[in-house]
Order: sequence, then structure tokens, then C-alpha cells
Amino acid sequence: MRLPLLALLARGPAHGYELKQDLEQLLGAAYPQPNVGQIYVTLGRLEKTGLIEGEAIEQSSRPNKKVYHLTEAGHEALRVWFEETADEPRVRDEFFMKLALAPQTGLADQISLINRQRRQYLNTMRQLSKLAAAEDRDNRISHLLIEGAMLHLQADLDWLERCQEELEELQ
Amino acid sequence: MSDSDAPLLRAEGLVKTHHGEGAPAHAVRGVGLRVTRGEFVAVTGPSGAGKSTLLHLLGGLQRPDEGSIWLDGERADGWSEARWAVERRRRIGIVFQFFNLVSDLSVADNVELPALLAGVPPKKARAGRRELLAELGLEGKERSMPRELSGGEQQRVALARALVNHPPLLLADEPAGSLDSRGTREVMRLLSRFHQRGQTIVLVTHDARLASAADRVISFFDGRIADDATLDAGPPPRRAGASGVLELRD
Repeated sequence: MRLPLLALLARGPAHGYELKQDLEQLLGAAYPQPNVGQIYVTLGRLEKTGLIEGEAIEQSSRPNKKVYHLTEAGHEALRVWFEETADEPRVRDEFFMKLALAPQTGLADQISLINRQRRQYLNTMRQLSKLAAAEDRDNRISHLLIEGAMLHLQADLDWLERCQEELEELQ
Repeated sequence: MSDSDAPLLRAEGLVKTHHGEGAPAHAVRGVGLRVTRGEFVAVTGPSGAGKSTLLHLLGGLQRPDEGSIWLDGERADGWSEARWAVERRRRIGIVFQFFNLVSDLSVADNVELPALLAGVPPKKARAGRRELLAELGLEGKERSMPRELSGGEQQRVALARALVNHPPLLLADEPAGSLDSRGTREVMRLLSRFHQRGQTIVLVTHDARLASAADRVISFFDGRIADDATLDAGPPPRRAGASGVLELRD
């Protein structure tokens, strides 16, 4: 969450709770909401590494709130972030290891492993469809996030299908 | 004849082998299936697994080499071609990947035709057509010809045509197979909506997104049922399921 918070601060100073709300509004209800504690912890770390600076603002009836702004180092970190491409998503390593090792252990059947994994993906796909149906139609960013998750899952399901085709031939 | 406790659709021991050039293709190799009223079942699997052949057997578009089919408790595998044709207007609606609309009939006529053929009075057929086209967001397209419509719109017309006689069973063969992502979402939304109103649906698709709209997913491999899973709609487990997939990492 470090860099998304930095990116939100690039627009101007804000306090922790504002950042949480901005994130929620941008990403929509589908995105698992970070709790405000998580945000404060991350802001604390960012301040320690010199990427942001906080300024305490006195409030009459409440504890002080801290308003953060981006430092020059923070700007630079963001520029680097946008400059870099992101890593590719990884094949589901743990499932793959189970599939590869199952025959040698005699403890699990590969086709049953595939079937169980497929059920889980299909259930998740169903939840994602429901999230998409419930999400505000106008929140494009949120819909793109859900669609991305669905397309990744679709690819995982296609891959399970390939595994099943190959391994059933052997049996 | 009809038995209200019987599954709406039942099949036992279905076998179908295609004899073309080269080796015979065993498309369906001993399949049993029950679909109860109001159920939405998706059949998924790789292309060539035989899932479309299975759907064709269930809709009487092809005849099984072996096995039995019951529709609403009534034995159907001995029906004549003519009888199947009648039932495909009355009790079974079908949508196909390539829509199969009659190209020289308008949208309105495509939808009304099965109603008229089933003996529905013209006035009532027109009213049914109006209602369905409105429901499917196709008002104002009545006079269009199929070729003037987008793929998504043509599939909606095909859906209206399949449902105009209120068949208890809807069969859908890769209904989004020739549509883009947006058209797929649209078909998915409409199938879900009709299902919520009690429509029984058997859907064949290779698209997991579309399949996940169903309550039950049958995985079809090499002419056989490899898995038959009822999907639940419960909350996702922590760190897995939908929220796990969506979560952005630090």
C-alpha cells in the first residue's frame, strides 16, 4: 500500500482518514478495504524513510491530527514506480507443486486435486460476478479491477483444463 | 403423462459416436444427468470434449446411439423428428453460438414466428414479442433485419425467439462464443435474470465467467462427466476467494 498512498499524496497534503476514503472511492466496494490502522502504520513507515513528512495540526476537542505531504524523495520514488513495469502474475505455485508431487507420494490423486481446485476457482468466479453486479456501474476503475481478477481466474481455469487433458491421457 | 415430481430433464447412459472421415469420434460416452425445475446448470470443458453434442442430444437435434432421455417425466428418445420439432417450439427453447436467425425476416418476425407456428393467435404473439424485446432492450429494432444488428443484439433476438413460447427448459449452446467481452457480460446478465424468475437453463460454454452464473457446473472431458459441482454463494474464506484475488499487495 506504500506507493498508492504516496500517489494519493502527490495531489496535495492529506491526513490518514482522508486517504482511506479516497482509496475507497477510487477502487469501489469490490476492493477489500484497508483498515485505517494499516494506513497509519504505513504512513509512519513512509515518514521514517523520508518519503513523506507529517505536520501535527491541533484540534480543539480532539487529539491532534497529522497532515502528511510528499517530500522530494517521495516524488522521486513515485517517478521510479511509474517508470517500472510490474511483474507478471505467477502460476499458482503451491497448487502446481501439489500436482507435480502427488503421484510420488501416493497420498493424493492428480485428477481429484484438479477437480477440487476448479471448484474453488469457480466459486470465486461466482463471487466476482456478484461483486461486479453489485458495483456502481459508473465506477470504471472498480469494474476493471474485477474484470482483471476474472480474466486471471479464467486463465487459471484454462490451465487446469489443460492439466486435466494431459494427465487423463496418461491414466 | 407428465409427473411433477420428476426432474424436468433426465438422461441415462447417453452415447453418441460421430462417424466421419478417419477414426470414429466418441463424442458422448455414457452420460447420465438430472436437471430439476428452476436449476441453472453449466456444462464446461475444452473444445472437442463433446459438450455441444450432449446439448444437441438433449434438444433432439441429434439422436443418441444408446441411452434414454426423459423430458418432464416423459420418455423422449423415441420421439419422431416432427415431434421433437414441435417440442422445440413448446417445451424447449434453444439459443446457438451463431444465433441462427432467419436472415430475410425482420427482428419482429423472427421472434413471432415460433409463437405463430405453435398456434398462438397473431395478436397474442405480437404482444409476447413486444414484451420480450422491451425486456431485452431491443425496442425500436423490430423492423431491423438481423444483419443490421451487432452480434450482441442478434443474440438477444435469438433469446427472445427461444423464450417467446415460455418453454420450461432453455438450452444454450456457447451463446457468447462469438461475442466480445461486453456481449458476454450482457448474455450472462440476461441468463441470470431469467433464471431468477424460475427459468430452467442448461448452458454449454467454454467460458468460465459465463459458467459461474450457474448454480451447478459440470466439467466435461472426453465425452464424460469429470466433475459435477454445486456452486455456493457463501462468504469467501479469508485470504482466499474473491477478496484474496482482488487484494493489492504492499
